[in-house]
Amino acid sequence: MDISLQEVEYKYQANTPFERLALVDVSIEIKAGTFLAIIGHTGSGKSTVIQHLNALLKPTNGKVLIGDRVITSDKKQKNLKEVRKSVGIVFQFPEHQLFEETVEKDICFGPMNFGVSESEAKERAKVAIRQVGLQEGILQKSPFDLSGGQMRRVAIAGVLAMQPDVIVLDEPTAGLDPRGRKEIMDMFYTLHKERNLSTILVTHSMEDAALYADQIAIMHQGRVYRKGNPTEIFSDPEGLFELGLDVPEVVRFQRKFESEFGQSLGKTCLTIEELSETIVKHMQGGTK
Amino acid sequence: MDKMIFGRYIPADSVLHRMDPRSKLVLIFLFVCVVFLANNALTYGTLLVYTIIMLSLSKISIRFIMSGLKPVLWLVVFTFLLHLFLTKEGNLLFQWGWIEVYEEGIKQGLFISLRFFLLILMTSLLTLTTTPIEITDGLEELLGPLKKVKFPVHELALMMSISLRFIPTLMQETDKIMKAQSARGVDFTGGPVKDRVKAIIPLLIPLFISSFKRAEELAIAMEARGYRGGEGRTKYRQLSWGARDTSMLLALGLVTALLAVLRA
Repeated sequence: MDISLQEVEYKYQANTPFERLALVDVSIEIKAGTFLAIIGHTGSGKSTVIQHLNALLKPTNGKVLIGDRVITSDKKQKNLKEVRKSVGIVFQFPEHQLFEETVEKDICFGPMNFGVSESEAKERAKVAIRQVGLQEGILQKSPFDLSGGQMRRVAIAGVLAMQPDVIVLDEPTAGLDPRGRKEIMDMFYTLHKERNLSTILVTHSMEDAALYADQIAIMHQGRVYRKGNPTEIFSDPEGLFELGLDVPEVVRFQRKFESEFGQSLGKTCLTIEELSETIVKHMQGGTK
Repeated sequence: MDKMIFGRYIPADSVLHRMDPRSKLVLIFLFVCVVFLANNALTYGTLLVYTIIMLSLSKISIRFIMSGLKPVLWLVVFTFLLHLFLTKEGNLLFQWGWIEVYEEGIKQGLFISLRFFLLILMTSLLTLTTTPIEITDGLEELLGPLKKVKFPVHELALMMSISLRFIPTLMQETDKIMKAQSARGVDFTGGPVKDRVKAIIPLLIPLFISSFKRAEELAIAMEARGYRGGEGRTKYRQLSWGARDTSMLLALGLVTALLAVLRA
């Protein structure tokens, strides 16, 4: 399913003394099957953007196309369930949304709201709990007896069990240990590859953006500051530094390497493997 | 949710904002008593004018205040209807089946609901123009003498400021969880009443849990920094009573005198 934001503007608390312009003229095109990373500082409008992706917020100006639904400011939206079913959002700290007596019930909650039968939902729960790397035995436990990391995984499983066409992740690994981070990100990446699941990732981690995304959008003060593929984005680090953003460690290393040796490698590498290969090739080319 | 104005402070630079919280508290307390002096059109008119003047002094848009009070307006309307139908004095004006409307009913309904409305407006004005911390400081000072009889004034003030402080946080939290559950297919706004009542559970349970957690964290944080209230604790914010405060109270005194003359 394609999603497209066209000149979206969003004001929080419009027409009150607290009115605050959160998004200005944001246009983003998300084709089915893309992995898009949205990067930006706190308060740059990232979280506001993603709430437009399943019509939790209506733009105060401009429009949002979700599949064949058009969301604009003036229309009273009815029957948003279809939209919400096909676009799953994993919010920041999703463990805060757990409420059921057992993990199984909580995972089944989403699918059953969308009209899936109980037996089918339970099947999905079993699949989802394994996908997030937990044992089936946990299904009968209370979600509040679990550790923080396990709760996070259960909450993610709850969204996966809805079997959305598009999954939106708002800093899904915040507050997890390095191993947990990698496991969860790898899991999402596998899902993205295997099911051709469109994935939108909001993150602070340049490493994750460089590693997983096909497209990166950089938000700054409510606007899309720059869009492009990771190589394009990280080829010009000065612009990012100006915004107080960073580049992946690999890119930083390459820049240092290039300035130290006074020569350019000719392309921006995003992974350690790619960089070491390029350096080796370059050195060999140089000595010959 | 965004428009709720209960317990909400709106920063601005106005006479009311700059008043000493103590004088504001006293003023509101006196106003609440004075309101009951009014008993005819003239006196209610005077109070209405006074309230409108106070509202405009606050430099907060009246339209905003009104839209924020919308949920309460229903209560006012309800009060009006209750008096309209239940008062059985004066001339009978209108009868339809068992519904009877008397002259006195209309009068009573109008007056009582206006009184109610004015009370709501003035008390909201207090919280709109005073930060919770100022209110608490003011209250603590005013209740100070009660310390002599071992009344836990400081603890009470602290409890109050903590609860006021966490209203916006709780609102934000509610909004966040509502969104998360909406994304999981809960419909909070439409559908049959039964479903909507059921939709409250996935909202309330997470809210309760996070509130308990927050309370515990707050207690630990306070203890970790060696908090101990009351005796010997100095204040960063000093309250100062100025000419502005005295004249505001005098103005209310004037209104009171006027009411005493005009009331039937």
